[in-house]
Amino acid sequence: MTSDASTAGPETAGAGLTSLIGEAEKLANPHGHEGETATAVNSEKNRSLYASRIKIYPKLVHGRYRLVKWIVMAITLGVYYLTPWIRWDRGPFAPDQAVLLDFPHRRFYFFWIEIWPQEVYYLTGLLILASVLLFLVTSLAGRVWCGYTCPQTVWTDLFIYIERLIEGDRSARIRLDKSSFSLSKLFRKVSKHTVWLIVAIATGGAWVFYFDDAPTLATNLLTFSADPVAYLFIAIFAAFTYVFGGLAREQVCTYMCPWPRIQGAMFDDESFLVTYKYDRGDPRGPHKKNTSWDGRGDCIDCGQCVAACPMGIDIRDGMQLECIQCALCIDACDEIMAKVDRPRGLIEYDTPANMDRRLAGEKERIHIFRPRTVIYMGVLVLVSAIMFFSLATRGAIDLNVLRDRNPLFVQLSDGSIRNGYTVKIINKVHQEQAFSIRIDGLPSAQLIQQGVSAGDSVKTAIAPDSLKDIKTFVILPRDALGSLDEGEASLRFIVENMSTGETVSNETSFRGPR
Amino acid sequence: MTDTKHTDDVTGVDTTGHQWDDIRELNNPLPKWWVYSFYACIVWSVVYWIVMPAWPIFMNGAWTYTGGVIGYDQRVVVENDIAEVTAGRQVFLDQISAQDLPTIQQNAELMEVALAGGRAAFGDNCAPCHGSGAQGSTGFPNLNDDDWIWGGSLEDIHVTLKHGIRWEADDDTRFNEMPRYLTDEILTSDQVNDVTDYVLTLSGTGEVTEASTRGSEVFARECTACHMDGGIGNRELGAPNLADAIWLYGGDRASVYESVANARSGQMPAWGDRLDPVTVKQLALYVHALGGGE
Ligand code: SF4
Ligand code: SF4
Repeated sequence: MTSDASTAGPETAGAGLTSLIGEAEKLANPHGHEGETATAVNSEKNRSLYASRIKIYPKLVHGRYRLVKWIVMAITLGVYYLTPWIRWDRGPFAPDQAVLLDFPHRRFYFFWIEIWPQEVYYLTGLLILASVLLFLVTSLAGRVWCGYTCPQTVWTDLFIYIERLIEGDRSARIRLDKSSFSLSKLFRKVSKHTVWLIVAIATGGAWVFYFDDAPTLATNLLTFSADPVAYLFIAIFAAFTYVFGGLAREQVCTYMCPWPRIQGAMFDDESFLVTYKYDRGDPRGPHKKNTSWDGRGDCIDCGQCVAACPMGIDIRDGMQLECIQCALCIDACDEIMAKVDRPRGLIEYDTPANMDRRLAGEKERIHIFRPRTVIYMGVLVLVSAIMFFSLATRGAIDLNVLRDRNPLFVQLSDGSIRNGYTVKIINKVHQEQAFSIRIDGLPSAQLIQQGVSAGDSVKTAIAPDSLKDIKTFVILPRDALGSLDEGEASLRFIVENMSTGETVSNETSFRGPR
Repeated sequence: MTDTKHTDDVTGVDTTGHQWDDIRELNNPLPKWWVYSFYACIVWSVVYWIVMPAWPIFMNGAWTYTGGVIGYDQRVVVENDIAEVTAGRQVFLDQISAQDLPTIQQNAELMEVALAGGRAAFGDNCAPCHGSGAQGSTGFPNLNDDDWIWGGSLEDIHVTLKHGIRWEADDDTRFNEMPRYLTDEILTSDQVNDVTDYVLTLSGTGEVTEASTRGSEVFARECTACHMDGGIGNRELGAPNLADAIWLYGGDRASVYESVANARSGQMPAWGDRLDPVTVKQLALYVHALGGGE
């Protein structure tokens, strides 16, 4: 671990002090690993009812999980910042932005999918999918969502990265905070918060692009001619990013997020959780080089796993609600295991059941298909299938027929009965379309359109991407009143797109005197 | 309850001395942020009282209120908002006012405004008699059907709306008078009975009998001048069609007898005196669009 101190720039700033601490630690830890005096924030020693926050200084680790986290961070941030800039040609009457939540025109665009207000159930389906997926991965591997992809984790990680660049790694930061006021301290603090604010504003800034045409909005924002609401939202999001990612950090996960409270119900004995294998690690304690490992555990009590933990906890105390399963303690311990020449994986993704099996001398097993996960998978497949089917068979016409209720029916002078209907047709095509309307199910009834003379068939043209109300009447001649049963008959409206031949129909009723 | 001073073991904080069910309340100070927010609220409220209209005061013998120092008044805000909306609407109302009814009818955009305005005006003024769906009731015509006593063209409806029916204050009002055949002793009670039977045969609801045949002679002499041969009615005179399925005062024998014996004379106000011309025009368009317009 000393390699950190000699290579990382900011670390060398207080080289004298480091070497002093280093000396002291070498005495305590003859293996030559810089020991950490890190104590878990929730350790029993300092657990009190009314404690104020203990600041956490996560240490940089290197390893597979850290690498995965860098990659996930790059992908998620990339997706977040770049998505609004993807173009998607929808023709002249619709916006060209691939992902756009167009509230003023009440449309959601998502690549080839276009969602109208009456179709928000797709969003419901998406939420159901997301939550079942979350349940599934949680039952398989605990809070992996929290550890890798949760925006809180990603941005906190980014903020810690910036902090580390400016103030140095763990020990340098601790020293800086302890040191008395100096110009260099002021400079570092101010620059850190400045960079944080820039990132926060960029984050809030990216958010608004999802709601308006990105290039236009960007120009307007820069020339200060954008809608004040845009600035307001940027400010709100920037403020939350800055406070959550920079200042509140782990407190969001521990105190504000409901997920840690629910997660207990999601795990079971076969779930893969970041685990300290106490059966292998204990009894722990410092280990002298070239001495035997017999009769003791592999943990040298170096405290690296605690120092690396962004939640400030000690995984060796077992599963805790604060743990976001980020696996950084795994990387930290693996580094140590490599140094002391022991197999890595003292801290590793492991299942409680395997721990028991090892203790009982049985073979470890992976048990992915359990009732709980199978049910989640089933629901996942089912909901996706329904969503996929309804999206695939979704037509370009939407029809809704509303029958007048006041009056229920009208008797005409020749004794025939007339009902009024409002036919609402939505043309989802980005071009004007001609539609014809006819009725079915009530022979001898006649359909006419308000303001159009009887006998003409009912035809209408609807502008691109819009809704039209067509007021129509259905007349049932006096001698056909026998087709009413108890004064009522069912009636079907059929609307046909005259160029594509696509038809939709809507069932309604016809009312007359009983 | 509040006598002994007590310090909590766990926290080392004094309790308030309140104790319920052995639960003691810690005497922790209020959080600073809370206290300062509270002070800020007090300051805010005082400033608000001064700046905004707030206090009722008795001045010059009447109750009024402090106006505030920035001259803000919600009523003025509302009035301005209303003025703005009215101005926006005025563009369309001016067009409706300037164009004749058939021209407006051809203009989908204007029709949308006219129908919305007409529906609102109908609800406010006409619905008490004709019903909110214009379905009418005994003595008040159903405006959805195709039976019009005074004519169902746009122009006819407009005239009826403007001048009313038997509305004496309006010189151009629609007016007719049916004789009260029995009350004024023009016909005998037997003759009225006969005519009633005949009228019922006109719409196919009565049987042809000896009485109805006698009635047909009376009808030819007394009624055809207005109701025409066969009782098909005359809109020029506002004489209802007696041969169709629609009855304003009921098509059963007793109702028809009453109509012949005593006559009927419903009234409608002349809306031209009460509503502005644009509203009357919108009403005409709305009623015409209900389904029976000709
Ligand atoms: S204990 Fe390990 S996995 Fe859990 S939050 Fe800390 S570093 Fe991450
Ligand atoms: S578990 Fe690993 S990192 Fe943690 S104290 Fe033990 S040896 Fe060090």
